[in-house]
Amino acid sequence: MNEEILNALTEIFRDIFDNEDIVATPALCADDVEEWDSLSHIQLVVAIEKHWHIKFTAREIMKWQNVGEMAQGIADKIA
Amino acid sequence: MLDLKQLKRLIKQEHSDLPRVKVALLGDTATQLLATAMRGVAIDMGFNIELYEADYDQVEQQFFDPDSELHHFEPQYIVLFQAVHRLVDDHAAMPPEQRGFLAQRRLDFIESILNDRAWEGCRIICMNYPEIDDTVFGNYANQVEGSLIYQTRLLNVGLMQLAQRYDSLSVVDLAALQAQMGRQTMFSPSVYASTEMVLSIDALPPVSYRVVQVIAAQRGTFKKCLILDLDNTLWGGIIGDDGMEGIQLGHGLGIGRVFTELQQWCKKLQQRGVILCVVSKNDEIVAKEPFRQHPDMVLRLDDIAVFIANWETKVDNIRAVQQILNIGFDSMVFLDDNPFERAIVREHIPGITVPELPEDPAEYLEYLYSMNLFETASASEVDIKRTRQYQQEAQRVELKRTFDNEQEFLVSLDMQARVESFNTFNTPRVAQLTQRSNQFNLRTIRYSEDDVKHLAQDPEVIDLAFSLSDRFGDHGLIAVVVMRPLDSETLFVDTWLMSCRVLKRGMERFTLNEMVEIARSQGYKYIVGEYIATPKNGMVATHYASLGFTQLESEPAKWILDVANYRTLDTAIRRL
Repeated sequence: MNEEILNALTEIFRDIFDNEDIVATPALCADDVEEWDSLSHIQLVVAIEKHWHIKFTAREIMKWQNVGEMAQGIADKIA
Repeated sequence: MLDLKQLKRLIKQEHSDLPRVKVALLGDTATQLLATAMRGVAIDMGFNIELYEADYDQVEQQFFDPDSELHHFEPQYIVLFQAVHRLVDDHAAMPPEQRGFLAQRRLDFIESILNDRAWEGCRIICMNYPEIDDTVFGNYANQVEGSLIYQTRLLNVGLMQLAQRYDSLSVVDLAALQAQMGRQTMFSPSVYASTEMVLSIDALPPVSYRVVQVIAAQRGTFKKCLILDLDNTLWGGIIGDDGMEGIQLGHGLGIGRVFTELQQWCKKLQQRGVILCVVSKNDEIVAKEPFRQHPDMVLRLDDIAVFIANWETKVDNIRAVQQILNIGFDSMVFLDDNPFERAIVREHIPGITVPELPEDPAEYLEYLYSMNLFETASASEVDIKRTRQYQQEAQRVELKRTFDNEQEFLVSLDMQARVESFNTFNTPRVAQLTQRSNQFNLRTIRYSEDDVKHLAQDPEVIDLAFSLSDRFGDHGLIAVVVMRPLDSETLFVDTWLMSCRVLKRGMERFTLNEMVEIARSQGYKYIVGEYIATPKNGMVATHYASLGFTQLESEPAKWILDVANYRTLDTAIRRL
């Protein structure tokens, strides 16, 4: 898994959830973070899109099960 | 404007010292993030929103079920956000031949809320509908009454007309905001598809500011004054160097048109009651020349309430403007093309709004439009006379500067006061003064127009209304006194208040002379006054002491004056 992407994701997660303890590991999923609901999810997505200057489809946004899949989705777009 | 992240931070901080306002948010799409952004914006603008957010899509039930959570919450403001996407749904669900009634149906719903006694005293803030052009009829939709765009526009015009008829309705112009930001920014299809949210993340702050600005204006927080720099702000170039023929203005030279249009905008603000002032580093005569002579100037000297052109700092000059206008810095906007001047003013004058104008003057206007600086809750004819009043005040301050001695200045003003009882002509103004005066007000008793009529008819009550004018102009009715007999020897001062416009003119001394005169003529021996402290009337805490009253030992808030030993106080005011 691309370390750079995970590090950048960690920053974005900390920013959106306003929580300095979060580390974006591949296994991390919505069940692990109390505030991770559909509305914070969309804020994550928009922040990611801005960070990498990419755009996800609505289907992609809704299908990710964990941070690993998210990071893979980013890697595919910026490849 | 803060972004969503900054707004969320604000909410997490402690703000219990700020006033609370009860706001309900009702929508037919996901509004949680909008609610969050609105709470943050309110704190940014100086108050807390205590928010009730209905589960979504309960709009009708919340309004019409008398036992609903909305009724129990007792909101001061209800923000109603019916999304254009739900309008599209309704439009689709109707048989084509009925679609021409869609807008009227929605308007009837709003009107039924406005007529519902349950919501008396509560303001309904209704978002209007940003257009979606579904192109089902193409441009031909403009002549098909049942088309989506036809109904959307009818609905938006209908809301404007309702707001004109119902004082309790305000409209938040999302349609105008979308025209400004563009639909691409306002709406994100992927966000909508995955969350049922019809606003993009980036649209949340601007929409929230629009909504909260309406509430803030209703609460009396709005901009009253626009202070303008001259060179490269109101015209292109430097008048001192380029001269009258060299500055860019109007159709002739360079980008003159840009500055003409900015001036047109300033002029419209002035025409609706915003006070325009000039603060410029220039020689005064040189700076005023275009206002007098330049054929393409839209603004003339008559439009400017206070004109300061000199070589002092802008900070000092803006403070001088504040002294003359006697309004808070937080109600002032300062326009200047120079980033350095802007930074200094922002740093030294807390509360003032200083737009970070774009470098290219061609972009000034669009940028200013996007800030929506001048939200207001009313537009009345009285507002329009304001420029003249402040021009007069500026002349007084200018005259005062030429005197070392306060008394000589007062004499030179040639002041004249008229004293009347309450009558049908002055009743509205008397009531308004008792409602609005907070600072120079000894007991802060509020009277309605009906109350004032009753006071006027009561033979025992002594009611006095004072008007003041001087060589520069007429202040109108500026002081009110109500006295009632306590017993056959003593008059009690029920009300004594004065407009802050005429502080330090000796008007209170003139007023007391008048009160004593009447007390004497009606055979009273004493006048008793009382000071009831409020958070705002500290300026009159020593009022009675300074006028020679003696504090009552038994009741320290009360003060007594022996009419027989009273010596008429000196004033520079002549009685008419």
